Amino acid sequence: MLYAILCYASEDVVCAWSKEQDEKVMADLAVVQEKYARAGKLGPVARLLPTTAATTLKRAKGEQVVIDGPFAETKEQFLGFYTLECDHLDEAIEFARELSAVNPSGGSYEIRPVGRFNRTNIVA
Amino acid sequence: MTDPNWIASALSAARPQAVAALLRYFRDLDAAEEAFQDACLRALKNWPKNGPPRDPAAWLIFVGRNSGIDQVRKRAKQAPLPEEDKLSDLEDAEADMAERLDGAHYRDDILRLLFTCCHPDLPATQQIALALRIVSGLSVKQIARAFLVGESAMEQRITRAKARIAAAGVPFETPGPVERSERLAAVAAMIYLVFNEGYSAASGEVEARAPLADEAIRLARLLLRLFQTEPEIMGLTALMLLQHARTPARFDANGEIVLLEDQDRSLWHAKMIAEGLALVDKALRHGKPGPYQVQAAIAALHARAAKAEDTDWQEIDLLYGLLEQMQPSPVITLNRAVAVSKVRGPEAALAMVEPLEERLAGYFHFHGLRGGLLMQLGRNAEAREAFDRAIALANTAAEAAHIRMHLDRLSGASGGKPASAAMH
Repeated sequence: MLYAILCYASEDVVCAWSKEQDEKVMADLAVVQEKYARAGKLGPVARLLPTTAATTLKRAKGEQVVIDGPFAETKEQFLGFYTLECDHLDEAIEFARELSAVNPSGGSYEIRPVGRFNRTNIVA
Repeated sequence: MTDPNWIASALSAARPQAVAALLRYFRDLDAAEEAFQDACLRALKNWPKNGPPRDPAAWLIFVGRNSGIDQVRKRAKQAPLPEEDKLSDLEDAEADMAERLDGAHYRDDILRLLFTCCHPDLPATQQIALALRIVSGLSVKQIARAFLVGESAMEQRITRAKARIAAAGVPFETPGPVERSERLAAVAAMIYLVFNEGYSAASGEVEARAPLADEAIRLARLLLRLFQTEPEIMGLTALMLLQHARTPARFDANGEIVLLEDQDRSLWHAKMIAEGLALVDKALRHGKPGPYQVQAAIAALHARAAKAEDTDWQEIDLLYGLLEQMQPSPVITLNRAVAVSKVRGPEAALAMVEPLEERLAGYFHFHGLRGGLLMQLGRNAEAREAFDRAIALANTAAEAAHIRMHLDRLSGASGGKPASAAMH
């Protein structure tokens, strides 16, 4: 089963990290990912740019409208995701635990099974 | 999550919002700062024990406000408020905080706090120092280091600035739309000053001053989150990101300036560029161009060119023309002349530069560019003269060294590489 592990945290807090702090967190998270990547279980991973760079397309009264920023104001923002091939849910939870242990943002990880996954060849 | 790093980040992230609300309550910067400090001390004691609150800013505002009121009561010899240490979170207090959650209120609080720092009576250096101290929460020591002055001199500068503001009085009523957009423009200008204070640092100072550029970007993102649909705030944020992205390539191993066209573009910060380009695209969709957007669009054209030769100088020439119309300035015309030299050649550029002599006679880049254009045209004696004047006006050793390199080329051989750009 493929799981998406969605990372939510306060962008204010993450943006307040110094460059060194940010690099340290990324390096610590990379160690966790590396273990799963070597086991051939880790799929695409993305860290998203701040929500200030986001645009939202929504429908209002049947019309499509493009608005600046994310759709809703929330305390925590969607900052990035991992995908992981797991034998069972416990394995996905364990991965999230390991990520959370080295992530000082105080945020949360939503563990969500993937229903459909299109494999592509784009290189970001 | 109560590790000390998280608490420090949470306090620093909540600072602008909390100090801004406390300023509204106490209508006095010192009182607001003192109340915030007090709330932070209590947070450091309380959070590791009781766990972090769901909304750190709300907690700090609530506790800070009580402690501020407490101070007032103590002075009035009245009974103090009950200890709030027993609170693990603010469930019951949240009704009190409901007005704080009103988006517009919170927006105007932070805008007011930022605007307070850019009071027109304050000289630019005091505005910057005050914003870094009050909004960003940098220590006086950190700010003094960034400005290359002693701690006590900086302390005095900040105290004087605060006294001026207290004397001038800050308007506390909710601003109308016109006033709000005026405040926004003043704050944007102040943030760009903070950025340039960091960005224009010479190589030896980069380490001490570069954090100012980071801080300016953080303030701009904060402002953009509050005013999500303001294309000029998008433009300002993009402009700073795109310029700051070049920082790792701007100085060589000897600390000398590397011109934009000679920079190793693989050293540019790709993530900052991606964010900057996304913001430029977003801003331009609004069809309400302004000076920050145009400058960001110019920076974006540089960022999009994988090699210096790929730069779309024609488009840059057009954008500088637009900028000249928006805010006529000889420095902008000088920058446009760089683009013109690439598109139409050195003669056309020189014709554009010469009339600026009177107004830019004391400006390093004027003589540097003029010398470069003359050199391209083979008018070496005049070029040498212009370079000599540039050296005399150089602000940093690196600038002087760069011009000296051209002079060496002039004495070594004829022609040589064209000098360029006030941009680096």
